[in-house]
Amino acid sequence: MKMLVLGLSHKTAPVEIREKVAFSPTAMAEPLRQMLALDAVNEGIIVSTCNRVELYAVSREPDRALLQLKHFLAEYHAVLYEHLEEHLYNYVGEDAIRHVLRVAASLDSMVIGEPQILGQIKTAYGYASEFKTAGLILNRFMHKAFSVAKRVRTETAIASNAVSVSFAAVELARKIFDHLEDKTVMLIGAGEMCELAAKHFINCGVAEVMVTNRTFARAEKLAAEFHGRAVAFENFRDQLHRVDIVLSSTGAPDYVLEASKLAEVIKLRRNKPMFLIDIAVPRDIEPKANKIDNIYLYDVDDLQGVVQSNLKERHKEAAKAEAIIDVEIAQFYRWLSTLEVKPTIVALRNKLEDLRQAEVQKTLSSLGADDKTTKAIENLTRALVNKILHQPTSLLKDAQNLPDGEVYIDAVRMLFALPAPAADEEDEQA
Amino acid sequence: MSAHIVLFKIVMLCYLTASILYLVAVVSRRVKSGILARWVLLGGAIVHLMSLVARFVQLGHTPVTTLNESLSFFSWCLVLIFLIFDLRYRLAVLGAFSSVLALMTMLGSGFAPKAVEPLNPALNSWWFPLHVTLAFLGNAAFAMAFAAGVMYLLQDRMLKSKRFSPLYYRLPSLDTLDNINYRALSFGFPLMTLGIISGAAWAESVWGTYWSWDPKETWALLTWFVYAALLHGRLSIGWRGRRAALFAIIGFACLVFTFLGVNLLLGGQHTFDALLGTP
Repeated sequence: MKMLVLGLSHKTAPVEIREKVAFSPTAMAEPLRQMLALDAVNEGIIVSTCNRVELYAVSREPDRALLQLKHFLAEYHAVLYEHLEEHLYNYVGEDAIRHVLRVAASLDSMVIGEPQILGQIKTAYGYASEFKTAGLILNRFMHKAFSVAKRVRTETAIASNAVSVSFAAVELARKIFDHLEDKTVMLIGAGEMCELAAKHFINCGVAEVMVTNRTFARAEKLAAEFHGRAVAFENFRDQLHRVDIVLSSTGAPDYVLEASKLAEVIKLRRNKPMFLIDIAVPRDIEPKANKIDNIYLYDVDDLQGVVQSNLKERHKEAAKAEAIIDVEIAQFYRWLSTLEVKPTIVALRNKLEDLRQAEVQKTLSSLGADDKTTKAIENLTRALVNKILHQPTSLLKDAQNLPDGEVYIDAVRMLFALPAPAADEEDEQA
Repeated sequence: MSAHIVLFKIVMLCYLTASILYLVAVVSRRVKSGILARWVLLGGAIVHLMSLVARFVQLGHTPVTTLNESLSFFSWCLVLIFLIFDLRYRLAVLGAFSSVLALMTMLGSGFAPKAVEPLNPALNSWWFPLHVTLAFLGNAAFAMAFAAGVMYLLQDRMLKSKRFSPLYYRLPSLDTLDNINYRALSFGFPLMTLGIISGAAWAESVWGTYWSWDPKETWALLTWFVYAALLHGRLSIGWRGRRAALFAIIGFACLVFTFLGVNLLLGGQHTFDALLGTP
C-alpha cells in the first residue's frame, strides 16, 4: 500500500487553471464516489481551496493510480488533459506523506504559517469520512497530519508574528504597552485600513475608542459602530493626553498633528508612552515626532517593513517545523509497513504449511505407515518448515524498521507467489 | 573533599546547566527549555543554601568574610531575587542574564583565595550578617533593574528605528521592562537603605562611630543618592522608560564599583584583609 498525492497549487498553476479544476465544497459526494470507483484507488480524499487542488489516495499500484487520477481530474472538470498535465505535481510513498504534512502545517502556503489551510483539510477529511472514501490508512494518516500541524503550531513560532499591516499594528502596540485592556484608541479620519486596525484593537479589548472627523456626522456614525465616542474635530487635540494609541488617516494635505504639540501632550501624560499610526498619504503626523522620548510613530512604509521582518522570522521557524515533520514521517512509516509485514508473514506460513501437508499426505498414503512413522514424518516436516521460515520471518519483522523494508516484503511475495491481501481486510479491524 | 566543596561543585553545575537551558530558550524560543531551566536553577539555589549553612556551621559565623565567600553569597542572593521576580514575569531573557551572572560570580568565587584565617573580633556581632544580607539582597534587586534597563534601551532603539533584529521577538514589551525596573527599585531601595543603617549601627557598636567616611561608605552613599534620585523621579516627576533605564544602569555601575572596585583599588575598613585582621 502506498500513499500518493496528485495536485496543483499556487506554486505550479495560475489562477485561471486552479479555478477550472476547483471542486465545489457543497457537492463533494459525486467526485469522491468517482475517485474511489477508479480500480487502482483504494482510499481517497479531495482537498480543494482557492490556492490548491489536491487528491490524496492510497493504492497498491501507484503508477496506474496516478494515471487514473490525472485523467479523472481532467475529465471531471472537462479540461484538456494536455493543458492540465504541465501544472500537476505528484508524490508517492514517503514524499507524499511529507507533502501532506507540510501542507497541513502550513509550510507550503503562500503566506507561511497561515492558519486556514488546516481547517480546510479538516473539512475535506470530514467529507471523505462522511462518504466513506477514507479507509484505515487515510484515517490514521489524516489524524497524524492534524496532530503534526498542531505540534508545529505550539512548538514553533511559525504563526506568532503578524503578516498583515493592520494586525502588525496591534502587535507593535503589545510590544509597547504589553496589554491593551486599559488603553484608549483614537481614530482621526476614516479609511479602510484604519477601521480594520481599529477593529483589531477592539477585539483585543481596548477600554475606550474615540473617533474624530472633519464631518462630525461621519465621526458619530463610526463611533456608534465601534461603541465609542465621537469628538469634534476642532477639539480632538485637547483630548490627546488621554489617548494611548492614535490611528490617523485623514485626507488633509498638511500635518494634522505637529511634533511640538505632541511634545506638550507627552508632558501632560507624565511620559506615558504613545503609539501613533499614520496611515495617511500624504502623512498626517509630523515625522519628527518619532524623535520625542516615549512616542513611537509608524507610517505605512514602516508597518510594511515590520510585516517583512515578521515574514523572515516565520521562514526561520519553518526550518524547525521541517525537523519535526521528519521525525513524524519516520514514525508513520513504521506503522504503515507493519500493515504489510503481518499479512505477508501469515501468508508465507500458510503457503508452506499447505505444501507440507499436501506432500505428507502423498507420502503417507503411498507408504501405508504405522502411527509411529506417521508421527515421525509429521515432526520432521514441521521442524523443517520452521527452520526454513525462521530467517525470512525475523528479517521481515526487522524490515518494518528499515526505510527500504518494502523491498523485502515485495521480494518475499514474488518469490513465493503469495496472493495480494484483500484490499479491505484491514478496514474491518478499523 | 569536604561536603562543602562537593556542594559548591553541584551548585556550579546547576547554574551552568540553567544558563545553557535559558540561552537555548532565548535563542531557539523553546518554552520547555525555559521551564526546565527554572527548576534546575531552583535546585541549584537549594543546594547552594545548604552549602552556605554547612559553611556557617563549620566556621561558626556567617560565611561572608572573604572575597570568595561573599561572591558565593551574592550569587545566591541574585538567584533568590530572580526566582522571586520569575514568579510574576516568567522571562527567559531575565533568567539567562541572572543565571549567567550567578555562574560568573560563582566562578569568581572559585578562583578567589580560600584561606580561613582568624576572624577579626569586629565581625563577631549580629549586626554584621544582617548588614551584609540586606546589602546583598538590595544589590541583587538592582541587578534585575540593570538587566531590565539594558533590555529596555535595546527594545526602545529597535521600536524607534523600526529595524528589528531577532532580539526584538525575544524581548518582552517596553511596559513589562519598565515595570521590572520599578519593582526592582522598590525592592532594592529599602533593602539598601536598611543595609546602610544596619552597617552604621554595627560600626557604632564596634568602633563607637556611625560613619567614618571610608571609601566604601562614601561610594555606597553616592550609589544610594543615584537610586534615591531615580525613585524620586519616578514617583513625583513621572520619569519612566528610557531615562529610568539609564539611571538603573548608572546606579548599577556605581554599585559594582562599590562592591568590587573599592575593595580592590581604594582600601579601607571594608576590605577583606581588614576584615580578617591581617595587615
